[in-house]
Amino acid sequence: MAAALVISALGLLGLVAFITALVAGGLAALAAVGGLLAMFVFLAAVVLSLVWLERKYLGRLQMRMGPMRVGPFGLLQPVADAAKLVLKEDVTPAWVDRWLFWTAPLLLFLPSYLLWVAVPFGPGLVLRDLDLGLLYIVALSVVGIVGILMAGWGSANKYGMLGSLRSAAQLVSYEVPVIIVALTVAMMAGSLNLSQIVEAQRPVPYAVVQPLALFLFLLAGLAEVGRTPFDIYHAESEVMGGPYVEYSGAHWAVFYLAEYVNTFLVAVMVTLLFLGGWKGPGLPPVLWFLLKAYLVVGFIFWFRGTFPRLRIDQLMALGWKALVPLSFVNLVLTSIYLFYGWPWWGMSLISLAILAALGYGIHRQAAARKPAITLVPAVEVRSAR
Amino acid sequence: MEDYLRQYGLLFLFTGVAIGIPASMLLVSRMAQLARMRPHKPSPVKAQLYECGMETIGGRWNQFNIRYYFYALLFLVFDVEAVFLYPWAVHFKKLGLFALVEMFVFLAILVIGFVYAWRKRALEWR
Amino acid sequence: MTPSLIALAFLAALALGGGLGVVISRNVVYAALFLLVSLGAVAGLYLLLLTEFLALVQVLIYGGAVVIVIVFALMLTRLQDFAKTRDHHQWPLGLAAALAVLGLLAATFVVFQPAVHPLQSTGIQELGNELFVRWALPFEIASLVLLVALIGALIISRADRGE
Repeated sequence: MAAALVISALGLLGLVAFITALVAGGLAALAAVGGLLAMFVFLAAVVLSLVWLERKYLGRLQMRMGPMRVGPFGLLQPVADAAKLVLKEDVTPAWVDRWLFWTAPLLLFLPSYLLWVAVPFGPGLVLRDLDLGLLYIVALSVVGIVGILMAGWGSANKYGMLGSLRSAAQLVSYEVPVIIVALTVAMMAGSLNLSQIVEAQRPVPYAVVQPLALFLFLLAGLAEVGRTPFDIYHAESEVMGGPYVEYSGAHWAVFYLAEYVNTFLVAVMVTLLFLGGWKGPGLPPVLWFLLKAYLVVGFIFWFRGTFPRLRIDQLMALGWKALVPLSFVNLVLTSIYLFYGWPWWGMSLISLAILAALGYGIHRQAAARKPAITLVPAVEVRSAR
Repeated sequence: MEDYLRQYGLLFLFTGVAIGIPASMLLVSRMAQLARMRPHKPSPVKAQLYECGMETIGGRWNQFNIRYYFYALLFLVFDVEAVFLYPWAVHFKKLGLFALVEMFVFLAILVIGFVYAWRKRALEWR
Repeated sequence: MTPSLIALAFLAALALGGGLGVVISRNVVYAALFLLVSLGAVAGLYLLLLTEFLALVQVLIYGGAVVIVIVFALMLTRLQDFAKTRDHHQWPLGLAAALAVLGLLAATFVVFQPAVHPLQSTGIQELGNELFVRWALPFEIASLVLLVALIGALIISRADRGE
């Protein structure tokens, strides 16, 4: 268990650094530490709420009740889940690479948590208001992909490796539209600072100015997290759970945690970049922020309950042949619109026109196909006998 | 300089705590095993790799498709392109028409490459 | 012992240690991980030089894309054929070369006594200005280099299919 010891030593080192900074830094360090703790508690609460929300929501969509037994309305279900995962037996194959197996979840988990330093929850409510906040978030999400590769490799299972290669290919393909659309938003706001991007969304949020960009970002962000309809790489019925196939119990809980944190991150990014962050009349800004973020999360869960999974080749085709060209077209159009100072509704019209053309094209394609099976009502069959 | 260190120094602390969270989860699980709350019954069957309940066939690696490598390389090219786009995008109005046309030329060259890859059917899976 | 000096020492140790790990480790996947650590430490060094943008770009491109490409390449080769490769009999030559380069760099510093300038931060605006006004032509050539890389990647991935 050398790897486990080293990792706990690292954690201990982190704690020591924590305490020394606390002691050495005085009041400023205290504020920083307070902010860190608040962030962690908040993220933990968010993940718990998302787990419960998703199970209830999906349950209702599928005409059932969702968790009802553990606590009132199943509210303690996430706690029960966490306890179960921690108490499960650690079934690992005999010849896994111990170091990789134990460090891969960390490599995946670390960027997911590190990038919350730059996310503002309200005017001035941010741990570190980085000037290059958007680039920081994008850069750290790419590093997370290496973690998935290592997880599959460390499993010593050829299906695990296949799953991790596929998942890395998917994540890497959809990172390009995310980067380009984030760039487009930064162009409109004139800054990479997330607080400034939110403040620059006047008089209307960017969702109104560029609905196409919102659509692209949401789709690409979903694929980044690995949520339906793009969750082929780790769904249980496909490739046997992909890169996570040999991870059981507490290890898998780490991956699960990272997935929910990432889902919330995508929702928060959509809120900040497109929905105007915390701006809104009446209620305190933080409340607006959370409301909008949870609204986007609701959409994400709705997608999961509605759409079937895309096959890997359909997924890659969608990424490279649709999202990437569209995001570049959007970039060029935005640069022209900004450079020549067109009014904002001009841009929204163009954006909506492209979206409408897309929708029409999809409709034409779908309507042109004849159904492979024609359903015959049962009544007719019986009477024909 | 001090300002900078303060901005990014928090990251170091955050990293330590961010490592601590999953490490503590794994540790708790291990301690639960020691406290007899978590089962630990290794058996030869459990120690085998998972292959849909069948006996594992073949070695650890196969010859994987080179298509994966192409996607990684494509991502690298577009990533570098995005890196050039970022300084331009943030202040591009101040940089004037010259920079705009210059950037369009840059994008056009890469679009040529992308269209070439598309026509050669390299963007399709297998 | 200013905090920035401590940070410099720590990051330099991490970069060198990571580099050493890449060269020494027997398992190529560990080598890739050590590379990630080393490149991340270089990003930290860029931060100490007050170029935030370069640090993030280093993490994005090197720590992200390049490491992914390397790990993909590792995973696609038949590692069981190369697992027993040992080129450790070359290590004296490598050590001698590394020491020679170190000596050369140290000698340059001692002989030429480069002036010490105060650090000034280079923001993304100055970078943009320089890049697109003064270095416009090399920038366009860079796009041609990227095009060549793209086509090269295409050819590599098709050669295996025998087309």
